[in-house]
Amino acid sequence: MRAQDFLLEIGVEEIPDWMIAGALADLRRLFLGVLEKSQLHQGVEISTHATPRRLVLFAKQVPEKQPDSKEIVTGPPASAPEQAVAGFARKMGAEIGQLKKISTGKGEYYSYTRRLKGRRAVDLLGEALPAVILGISWPKSMTWTGKSGPRFIRPIRWLLALYGGRVVPFELGGVRSDRYTYGHRRLAVERRIRAADFGSFREGLRKNYVLLDAAERRQSIQQGVRRLLGGEQNGLRLRPNEKLLETLVNLTEWPAPILGGFDPEFLSLPEEVLVTVMQHHQKYFSVEDSQRRLAPHFIAVMNLDADPQGFIRHGHERVLRARFNDARFFWETDQKKPLRDRLEDLKHVTFYKDWTYWDKTERNRNLLVNVFGGGELALRANQLAKCDLTTELVKEFTELQGIVGGLYARAQGEPEEVALAIYDHYQPVPRTETGRVVALADRVETLQSFFGIGLMPTGSKDPFALRRTALSVVRILVEGRRQDRLSRLFEPPEWREFILDRARYYFREMRGYRYDEVNAVLAAGSENLADAAGRLEALHQVRPTENFEPLATSFKRIKNILIQAGGMECFGSSFDPASLEPGPEQELYAGFQRVAPEVRGLKNERRYLEALIAIASLRPKVDLFFDKVLVNAPDERIRANRLNFLAQLLREFSTIADFSEIVISGEQHS
Amino acid sequence: MRTFQDIVFDLKRYWARQGCLIQEPYDVEVGAGTMSPETFLRVLGPAPYSVAYVQPSRRPADGRYGENPNRLYKHMQLQVILKPAPADVIELYMKSLEAIGIDLRRHDFKLEEDNWEAPTLGAWGIGWQVMLDGLEITQFTYFQQCGGIDLDVIPVELTYGLERLAAFIQDADSVYDIRWNERWTYRDVRFQEELQFSVYNFEKADVGSLWKAFDLYEAESKRLVDEYRQLRGCDSEEAARRFPLLAAYDGVLKCSHLFNLLDARGAISVTERVAVIGRVRALAVGVAQAWVRQHERARQPASQEAALP
Repeated sequence: MRAQDFLLEIGVEEIPDWMIAGALADLRRLFLGVLEKSQLHQGVEISTHATPRRLVLFAKQVPEKQPDSKEIVTGPPASAPEQAVAGFARKMGAEIGQLKKISTGKGEYYSYTRRLKGRRAVDLLGEALPAVILGISWPKSMTWTGKSGPRFIRPIRWLLALYGGRVVPFELGGVRSDRYTYGHRRLAVERRIRAADFGSFREGLRKNYVLLDAAERRQSIQQGVRRLLGGEQNGLRLRPNEKLLETLVNLTEWPAPILGGFDPEFLSLPEEVLVTVMQHHQKYFSVEDSQRRLAPHFIAVMNLDADPQGFIRHGHERVLRARFNDARFFWETDQKKPLRDRLEDLKHVTFYKDWTYWDKTERNRNLLVNVFGGGELALRANQLAKCDLTTELVKEFTELQGIVGGLYARAQGEPEEVALAIYDHYQPVPRTETGRVVALADRVETLQSFFGIGLMPTGSKDPFALRRTALSVVRILVEGRRQDRLSRLFEPPEWREFILDRARYYFREMRGYRYDEVNAVLAAGSENLADAAGRLEALHQVRPTENFEPLATSFKRIKNILIQAGGMECFGSSFDPASLEPGPEQELYAGFQRVAPEVRGLKNERRYLEALIAIASLRPKVDLFFDKVLVNAPDERIRANRLNFLAQLLREFSTIADFSEIVISGEQHS
Repeated sequence: MRTFQDIVFDLKRYWARQGCLIQEPYDVEVGAGTMSPETFLRVLGPAPYSVAYVQPSRRPADGRYGENPNRLYKHMQLQVILKPAPADVIELYMKSLEAIGIDLRRHDFKLEEDNWEAPTLGAWGIGWQVMLDGLEITQFTYFQQCGGIDLDVIPVELTYGLERLAAFIQDADSVYDIRWNERWTYRDVRFQEELQFSVYNFEKADVGSLWKAFDLYEAESKRLVDEYRQLRGCDSEEAARRFPLLAAYDGVLKCSHLFNLLDARGAISVTERVAVIGRVRALAVGVAQAWVRQHERARQPASQEAALP
């Protein structure tokens, strides 16, 4: 089968940078779907490329034709009148003699084997491409030719579609496919570029100042930066920012970085503010000196080849100066009214509906006092924590909330501990004890309040990011080694379950424990998550040791026996040691008597690994017991006593982790 | 040196050459050029329209007593509406920059995603902010909805920030240093206004009177729209055609401006805020819907060319 290359370019007005990757993935998937459905996918290699103004798909070696196929068409029954048979033959374009009789479940029927000629790829593609293109999903789309017209991220202005060097004809939103592409908006030397194949397409674009490959644009930026910073002699280094680099790659067709500077006097402003202005607002890289201090320079990336007269550098410097002046102005204005005088203003800042940050601060305070036993410093930090929402600087740079509050608190003579706590209180896990308790109260209050009005997230919708808030509660409890009991923070069991769900996620996805280890530990107690984390780590360490998994299997067996005999709750209030059988049972009892107090002692000191090792040391005795002793003894009294003993043993040793939750390899997870 | 007024002249002349009607600013206070009936009402319905005008736009909360070099209570927008949006609108826009002396071969031009939305107008669109050497100089929007109505003929709106453009072209660090013409600066022309209106908006505006005015304008606008709605199919075409919906729309603009004043004055509580925005929006949507019906009626029997007044 002969095959040809296929090239598609969707020429679009500037696509938002962050949507490009998703659009290319969709384009590839949808196109491949068409090939597969048409049986044209054998041996095809697909690559995708994009700039802000084009989405490109290149498919190597798409077969020219679908394979021919056969289709068996069933006609009238064998008993049908001659006319009907003739009619069927006519419809199939065949002689009656070419029909066959086949038996089906319902009897004998006429049938005809029809040969279907494979269709040409160029025809199939032309029909399928409009749906492929419009099938790309966008976070927000638009119409430009009217309500009934196509929806896309921005207007489609040209379409290039070539198969084996010939145009694949189709039309979309008034644009007809053709063989022309267009270069850089300002640098292109040709009005339009004729493409014959992928090679001439890519080279044509390059001559007209479009680097089709994102990797090439990235390299071009990186090399340019190295040239500008000129190695080590001036000691300047770029502060790497992968996300910003990705953005700039997707915002340009012909990127070139330039080095700009600003008045070193601005360095007296907090670095956080300067970096936010440069990176978030202006999309500049910041630059540091050899001591890693912020340097009065920045790197902007143009969508242009060069700036020989420095006009562009001058323009960027001017904008940055205005921004920094604003920031300085805000900083100075904000200082006229210290945070402590802004509390009343919080009555005008909404947290949710008619519930203000002033209310929230009060409720946080109640939690700090009544539940967390927060000290003076924590109470002070909480009181001031939200006040920066009323400052000009935070109104301008909302991403700096908390950070600005911390900086202001420090500048206004609050204790360092208070300043740090405010600075950190939106961070997942604040650095200081005070910061952690303030952040914890803030988040627990948020969850309690939203849960309280029935806004617990269900399904994928979580408009108030309560899952993230709950995850952060888990992290502060665990990583901050806090001893708070979950039921004191969240009383209704379903609220606790919401937190535990995040705890399981945290232990599994963020800490890498196995799901059964997490289940085993939480089943043995989930009130204190920091403690659960300690038990989890011990369990994880003891697990590969030789005795552990066999012992876990035996424990599961005990549990099953007890469940079959009526349930755990029926057993274990007491048992009579004297009635235990001599031999393996008495030996197990002796082991139990020896190990139990040891385990209890170790557990009290939270030496969980040693406790688990001690438990595991019982394995030979447990094995022997099950090997030699018939648990379900015929004598009812002996049996009951034995079950009571086993229940006691199980209970005693399940307080660190419920071993019966451990799934041994080869077993199915239920 | 290309002065502020030169830039305005050149842009107007450029867009006139592209077939735009050159309008003058609307004479009721607005927060943006979009709110002028030349945009808000003209983008509704199927009739094509191309217009350009300067619109002084008031944002009371942005006033800084004339002290901030970049922030103004009132700034000047040059607003262009092309309906329907031509396929080469970005090239047309780029040429308009060349028309005011910006050599795009020597400047960094980028279109960065920025979708526009005006909740009080029930309007939104898709587009970009136009960045020139890192400075936002224009908002570029394909309208999708206006007055709560999905648009079928999609207009493009180009909103140039004239002070920013002028400061860029003249390399001025403060808007007040912009040369308005050879003789006067922006400061000479506008400083007093910035100072006095900042004082008024933040300190002196009487909250009770503003609320009273808001209620009056709202009632008047609503009364008119309600009355228009009561017109029946059997009422004369003349009664529908001459009905003063334009006056009802002025009431919407008054309310919107009074809301902004009250907001700057800190007189709108958290709870009220959403509700008041909802009131203004309801007015705007009411007028827009009535306006569309009025013009559908006008189109059906009578002459096509009289489609818009």
